[in-house]
Amino acid sequence: MSRVLYLLPLLIFAVIAGYFTIPILTKKDPRLLPSVLIDKPAPGHDLPALLQDKPGLGPEDLKGEVKLVNFFASWCGPCRAEHPILMRLAAEGAVPLVGINYKDRPEAAIGWLRELGDPFGRIGVDADGRAAIDWGVYGVPETYLVDAAGHIRHRHVGPLTGKALNDTILPMVEQLRAGKG
Amino acid sequence: MIRHSILGLVLICLTLPVLAVEPAEMLKDPALEARARELSKEVRCLVCQNQSIDDSNAGLAKDLRVLLRERLVAGDSDAEIKEFLVERYGDFVLLKPPVKASTYVLWYGPLAVGVLGAIGVAVFLLRRRGGKAEDVAPAPLSDEEQRRIAALLDEQDRKA
Repeated sequence: MSRVLYLLPLLIFAVIAGYFTIPILTKKDPRLLPSVLIDKPAPGHDLPALLQDKPGLGPEDLKGEVKLVNFFASWCGPCRAEHPILMRLAAEGAVPLVGINYKDRPEAAIGWLRELGDPFGRIGVDADGRAAIDWGVYGVPETYLVDAAGHIRHRHVGPLTGKALNDTILPMVEQLRAGKG
Repeated sequence: MIRHSILGLVLICLTLPVLAVEPAEMLKDPALEARARELSKEVRCLVCQNQSIDDSNAGLAKDLRVLLRERLVAGDSDAEIKEFLVERYGDFVLLKPPVKASTYVLWYGPLAVGVLGAIGVAVFLLRRRGGKAEDVAPAPLSDEEQRRIAALLDEQDRKA
């Protein structure tokens, strides 16, 4: 009996060590935060249009179909890195994209889209970053998966990757569409 | 040389900490501003995650400072403002985690470990005191051993 008791500290140590080691081994980034808004209605803001020939974003525009909402800015390096992926998504017509231009100069953002291409169906301007705070954004780029009812279902922090799209986001899109259909 | 060092030290002491809070952000009402400062020390900057928004000069920290002050002016209580932030960013936005079911281990775990340890030490000490003295006392030396010790001691005396 007491032999077993002597092993107890070792056992406790093993549990604690495992708790701290597993996130490192699975390469989980501790700085990435889960969104508290998952399964809650996306904040409805009236965001003015960035471009003359493309609508902005009203509170009702997030409903109706499954879509990705992408916060971007022309001053943001990682946004430039993820842009080809957004362009590919738009070209494939995989899922509608909504852009929210975060704390940017309009002429800079328009120039940026002209240079790299415009993958978005709608672009709203969040000049002071207040809408982003309501979404829980803490660093662009961030991408939200919003379902047909206008609820946030998934958040991706940082530039989108092919892996994140193929492993998580696109399967979720399919699932949400199937669930609705 | 020494004079220079002293001058250097005096100058270092005269410097003020650099504030992240910019003058334009500050409220005119000193009482409200003091409340804003205290409150923003408890709010985590989510960009540089181990700083408060009061310390951080990240863009988001500034936005949150301004937002917090606006809500203070609008008459929100400290708890309402924290609630507003937690709704958007989760408990992580508070530098001091709230006490609730999912954080009991965090808050009371160290206490529990301490109590368990104290119980362990107490049991150990009580057992040792309760044990019989004969059990721990070494067996007496044999005649042979007594002779060897005497020999060793003699040898040492001669050397000294």
